[in-house]
Amino acid sequence: MGEKMKITKTCLSAIISGVLIFSPMAYADKWSDQFPHIKATGDIPGDCSYEEMSKKNYKGKTLKINTHAVPVIGQPTALHAEQFAKLTGAKVDVTHTPAGDLYAKAMVPFKAGQAPYDIVFGFSNFINDWRQYLAPVPKKYMNSTEMKDVTKSHVGVSSWDGTMYQYPVDGDRHYLKYRKDVIDNPEMQKKYKADTGKTLRVPTTWKEYGEMAKYFNGWDWDGDGEKEYGSAEVMKKDDLMFAAFFSRSVAYAKNPRTPGGFFFDLETMKPNINNPGFVEALGDWVEATKYVPPGGINFGLGDEIGSFGGGQTLFSFSWDDAFIAAMQDDSPIKNKVGAAPLPGADKVWNRVSGKWENQYNQAPYIVWGWAVGVAKKSKVQEMAFDYLCFFSNGANHQADLAIGNFGVNPFKNSDFDPQLYINTMGWDADIANSYTKTLNDMEKSKNRVFPLRVRGVFEFTSAVATGTSKALAGQLSPQEALDEVAKEWEAIVNRVGKKNVQEDYAVGVKMEDNKL
Amino acid sequence: MNFKHKYVFLFPGLFVLIGILIFPIIFVVRLSLSGWNSYNGLNFIGLENYIRLFTDDPRFWQSFFRLSFLSVTTVVLQYVIGFALAHMVWKDIKFQRFFRVLFLIPMMTTPVIMTVIWRTFFHESLGPVNDILSNFGMSPKWLTDPTLAKITVIIVEVWQWTPFMFLLLLAGLLSLPKEPFLAAAIDGASPVRKFIYVTFPLMAPISIGAIIIRLIEASKIMDTVYVLTSGGPGTSTETSSFYIFIKGLREFQMGYAASMSFTYLIIMIISLTFIAKGLTKLLLKD
Repeated sequence: MGEKMKITKTCLSAIISGVLIFSPMAYADKWSDQFPHIKATGDIPGDCSYEEMSKKNYKGKTLKINTHAVPVIGQPTALHAEQFAKLTGAKVDVTHTPAGDLYAKAMVPFKAGQAPYDIVFGFSNFINDWRQYLAPVPKKYMNSTEMKDVTKSHVGVSSWDGTMYQYPVDGDRHYLKYRKDVIDNPEMQKKYKADTGKTLRVPTTWKEYGEMAKYFNGWDWDGDGEKEYGSAEVMKKDDLMFAAFFSRSVAYAKNPRTPGGFFFDLETMKPNINNPGFVEALGDWVEATKYVPPGGINFGLGDEIGSFGGGQTLFSFSWDDAFIAAMQDDSPIKNKVGAAPLPGADKVWNRVSGKWENQYNQAPYIVWGWAVGVAKKSKVQEMAFDYLCFFSNGANHQADLAIGNFGVNPFKNSDFDPQLYINTMGWDADIANSYTKTLNDMEKSKNRVFPLRVRGVFEFTSAVATGTSKALAGQLSPQEALDEVAKEWEAIVNRVGKKNVQEDYAVGVKMEDNKL
Repeated sequence: MNFKHKYVFLFPGLFVLIGILIFPIIFVVRLSLSGWNSYNGLNFIGLENYIRLFTDDPRFWQSFFRLSFLSVTTVVLQYVIGFALAHMVWKDIKFQRFFRVLFLIPMMTTPVIMTVIWRTFFHESLGPVNDILSNFGMSPKWLTDPTLAKITVIIVEVWQWTPFMFLLLLAGLLSLPKEPFLAAAIDGASPVRKFIYVTFPLMAPISIGAIIIRLIEASKIMDTVYVLTSGGPGTSTETSSFYIFIKGLREFQMGYAASMSFTYLIIMIISLTFIAKGLTKLLLKD
């Protein structure tokens, strides 16, 4: 009897433990009762947990935040501001600003020596222009449990030459998203083989990507009564298209055997942007205008997310958002998509020898993402850092990750555990595995490209957007377009000062060459 | 009697004028002589920005000629359509009041919001326009073909601002004296001759005013381009104001953007003066 009781007790404890681990409701604690946003996990212990924040008293103090418009990053900012105010007694004023104005809205008062906002949101590639006006992240927060979980890449993206100026709240990289129900479908594979003589598989090169996208363009391949298309890409001028172009360029132009600069030759500061590697990538991109949905060359990031996330295209690449949108509960293609590294190329340009190397090359693009800093002139710096630490605490971060339009993507080592997506978001195990493996492999790669973060970065990226959009519109050939960009880059380097750009660029090169 | 105190009464007006007009212009001129951007402050670099603008920036001039084309085309179309509509509701027709209000609605809507709606209409894969046209085997690239994108911008601008022209011209028509029309009727003039020889000449002064006001407004076209095409595809719909916006507020080249703004202001003052004189000569011959 006693033995029987023991077994029953053990079984019961196992069941209860299982329920506690896998059932979202099982995590209910006093904090998730008050803050339903974290109901899936409850409060997660840490230096900036709900429990710890509730011990702070900021009554009578006001925190002013300038963030992006709702929903992307604006919604979590406002939500966590409300929670923070409730926990600490602080008054938090949140201003929402369109993406295109975030830079100027902070920069104009910075230049005038003012700090109308204690916290400013922007993109991580603003770092070099903003850092002189931002307070470095204090040691206390650098040593927090939450910060210790941040990946090395994203510590690097948020820092300048070893000093962190931007508090990590988001992690971004570009990777390939594809329709798993098509690519892994034996009938489709047979059909593709019969029609093209080639194997249908997750594309490993951009040429393969183009061939498949072209084949699956303009017919109803998922039987929903609507036409589907090859690829959804960010091609709209000035709507982050330059980042999409760099994603397509890394395979051809980031050669692991020629360290010393992807965008420029660090020694001479001569732009690489018009070398045959970049030109080949732009040629592919011009070709891509034939397999994007109608109007695809006017797609911004929102259109790309809607198009792939809505099941309109076979492929997409760029930020996480399209993948997360596709995997949300209300998506028509939930659990029908897969993640993979960006396609590579069968050749890579060697800028030192001036020749193509005929060997496979793939390079991850750790692109810039949402970033946030505390104004050096803020009078409530501690409260501001507490808010940011709270924003990205374990419970908030996991809850934010599950919401596609929050714009919060993995940047912590713990985010690469597939169980997180299986248990809390209902993803199929193989999709969660492919997703986390894709992200994890990018972290481990030694051939990564980081965003350009030099003084006046907008001048450089704007020139790329203008040049490449001219090529996409057929106004110029890829070579002519990139020659124009290179000429503009040289002019910008001269204006900013060669030494200044070189000094800034050296920091990025150190990261790319795995020396930082 | 001492009237010196009258200057005291002038002061508030003068203060406002200096604050909102003179100071910004002087500041823009000062800014244009600096290299103010994200890495430089309000330094002094002389005429460097102007030299760059006149010798090394064909994009500005291309955007200027594109702007000239867009503004002249849209204003001419607005004038023709606005005049036709005003002429229509000037006469005693059924539901005259209803039409007068109906024709004004586009002008009462917020331009940015309406442009977002137009962008949705013209969306090439999701928009209703191509959905309907696809039944006839057509799917025009409204926003992604360089020529058609310009036409789309023109359509939206004409839709939005024809009511303004309509309003001014209708006011003009309603204020015309009746005698010339009575005389023309007694002479047995046909409606076409009446329009050519009576209505149109009498409307010339108000037409010139309306065209100039619309040209000034059209030359600042920015929101439509920003929302509809972002200046694309390529640079095919990029106008001067949009280009200045990119340089100033996107790339934060404030000094250079100021030099472009000031140059643009001078060009507009000169060209609009000539246009006004030309129109006056052309339409007010007698």
